[in-house]
Amino acid sequence: MSAVIEEHHHDDHHHGPAKGIMRWVFTTNHKDIGTLYLWFSFAMFLLGGSFALVIRAELFQPGLQIVEPEFFNQMTTMHGLIMVFGAVMPAFVGLANWLVPMMIGAPDMALPRMNNYSFWILPFAFTMLASTLLMEGGGPNFGWTFYAPLSTEQGPPSTTFFIFAVHLMGISSIMGSINVIVTILNLRAPGLTLMQMPLFVWTWLITAFLLIAVMPVLAGVVTMMLMDIHFGTAFFNAGGGGDPVLFQHVFWFFGHPEVYIMILPAFGVVSAIIPTFARKRLFGYASMVYATSSIAFLSFIVWAHHMFTVGMPLAGELYFMYATMLIAIPTGVKVFNWVATMWQGAMTFETPMLFAIAFVILFTIGGLSGLMLAIGPADFQYHDTYFVVAHFHYVLVPGSVFSIMAAVYYWLPKWTGNMYDEALGKLHFWLSFVGINVLFFPQHFVGLAGMPRRVPDYNLQFADYNMVSSVGAFLFGFSQLLFLFIVIKCVRGGVKATDQVWEGAHGLEWTIASPAPYHTFTTPPDLKDISEAHG
Amino acid sequence: MNESKQIDSAKRGAAKLVLVVVGMFGFGFALVPLYDIICDVTGLNGKTSGKYVSEQTLQIDEERSVTIQFLANNNANMPWEFRPVSRSLEVTPGKLNATEFYVKNPAKNSITGQAVPSVTPFRAAQYLHKTECFCFEQQILASGESMQMPLRFIIDSDLPKDITKLTLSYTLYDITEQISGDLAAD
Ligand code: HEM
Ligand SMILES: [Cu+2]
Repeated sequence: MSAVIEEHHHDDHHHGPAKGIMRWVFTTNHKDIGTLYLWFSFAMFLLGGSFALVIRAELFQPGLQIVEPEFFNQMTTMHGLIMVFGAVMPAFVGLANWLVPMMIGAPDMALPRMNNYSFWILPFAFTMLASTLLMEGGGPNFGWTFYAPLSTEQGPPSTTFFIFAVHLMGISSIMGSINVIVTILNLRAPGLTLMQMPLFVWTWLITAFLLIAVMPVLAGVVTMMLMDIHFGTAFFNAGGGGDPVLFQHVFWFFGHPEVYIMILPAFGVVSAIIPTFARKRLFGYASMVYATSSIAFLSFIVWAHHMFTVGMPLAGELYFMYATMLIAIPTGVKVFNWVATMWQGAMTFETPMLFAIAFVILFTIGGLSGLMLAIGPADFQYHDTYFVVAHFHYVLVPGSVFSIMAAVYYWLPKWTGNMYDEALGKLHFWLSFVGINVLFFPQHFVGLAGMPRRVPDYNLQFADYNMVSSVGAFLFGFSQLLFLFIVIKCVRGGVKATDQVWEGAHGLEWTIASPAPYHTFTTPPDLKDISEAHG
Repeated sequence: MNESKQIDSAKRGAAKLVLVVVGMFGFGFALVPLYDIICDVTGLNGKTSGKYVSEQTLQIDEERSVTIQFLANNNANMPWEFRPVSRSLEVTPGKLNATEFYVKNPAKNSITGQAVPSVTPFRAAQYLHKTECFCFEQQILASGESMQMPLRFIIDSDLPKDITKLTLSYTLYDITEQISGDLAAD
């Protein structure tokens, strides 16, 4: 998305971007930084994806064929860490950078210099994290949840670098979220009230609050690990008076809100796309805002549903079970609203809409398996099996990742000024859709039958489903190269996009030229279109 | 100008949010004592409390008899032999009981050990009062050395009636390195 924007610009704009590589290093422009985040995220998506393919290649057949169990463990760990912190989160921050200022009529993010820092920390953090794979003793091998004492007492020497990498990622997302919050609260175009903001802006505002509340707790827990490893403290070492279960409480106090950090912006994206292609206003705008807020609030008080089997008292099990099930209510409100928006709409099925509809269906499947896991007594059977893997991949891949792809297809014409290739986009969608279901659906069955997660080898009875799953994985994985091709092709040229791009699109970002000029809304916009800002 | 005013208030907002971040970082650490307090008060996790000093003489319930079983486990890498001298006792709630655990260090070097207790069912933990326990201190055994470690306890007669059997389990940790680490840090 780079070179061409540049060319387009300097003939009609004197405030165009600087030239060459330094443009990207020093840029404080929200569009440049958004682009950087998105490309970075895509690179991490491919890296984390290739680790996943190592896992699926090993699991293609029972027995050990391709990698050593020790390396297999590093792959599951790095895959999780890179996808969560390197692919999904930066992609949403990238979308926020591109879209939030344009949607609220602001000239840029409120703190542009800090914006530059928050991005440029990430390549360092992830280089450090990835380099642990080459260190003596290998990379982290204790799962993305890095439970102590496995990580503190039996982890490889590179654990220290892992800890610093997590610190850096944390600092980056905290700075990013502070920026999003102050931008939304202070830089809205005059007259744009909170309840007129597009839902993407709303969901990001709430996500940013979640981030600044829980990323410091994550930083705290890795700091405690660092002290246990190097300074003789015993936070998590029972021999020294600490408690390993404490680790799980602190980790999941961060961890559960974290999963909502990865899904709330997706709700915002889908709430923008569905009304456009259904050519109707979003059904139940206010209820969407309240549902998102209640999900965010509830996410702080359900963390121990990840810990049903640690030996909680019955009252605790019951509390966390019911509190978790409560989340299904606001989530159900959202799904209802999306379906109601499509109801009797004049729908068309361009690529972004296909991804958005798949999101609604497949995310709901993931939510239902979540409800099954939330049943405390049943979770004793499901916990740490492939059923959990199936659950969170259904909410994260056809959930978060599909919403990111939907967003890219939806706003790409605005960013580049060109339409993407619709036929190829649809092909990408169908390959991904089929791939993802072939990949993850069978995992429900092997999980229910008792196949444990994070194992390089398995019982013969699971062989068939695992083979199917691996085939789906390679199909899904390689389809993403097509996505890369489509995006590059669109950046380099194509049918010129109109300013509104999509017939049914409403909102401030569709009132400016395509491609979006380097500087937008240097004077606040006229709000005549705003009543329709949220579709 | 209006725009610079907006940026100013954005900066003030950011400063406030930084305070939230610092506060939440502290909160993460505050969870540690909070967790201990909650476990202490509720007896969650089967944690028993420290040395028991009775304020008044405990009521003795001659009618009842409770079985208490003893378990001894070694944490990974702890080479000591570790076992209860008697595997279980029939005790009367309110009365003082005594038993011993045997340890021997078969390793070539001297090792410092620390035992960590846990009671099941968890809700029985707060009714187990230990007046003397080897788990209150660390043990240092030279190579080949062995010893009998004392344990004295009272089961509270308030122990819920449906509990007739409880298990007191000890896990023994090798803390030699941590101790020397502490000394180096001091
Ligand atoms: C209706 C909503 C949901 C419910 C009731 C729910 C419930 C649960 C439960 C009970 C577990 C623990 C299972 C176990 O370890 O035994 C779990 C795991 C997980 N969930 Fe969900 N969930 C929901 C939605 C989501 C969403 C939206 C996401 C992310 C976008 C998500 C991501 C995860 C992840 C990553 C794990 C596994 C963590 C790990 O152990 O590695 N869940 N979920
Ligand atoms: Cu959760």
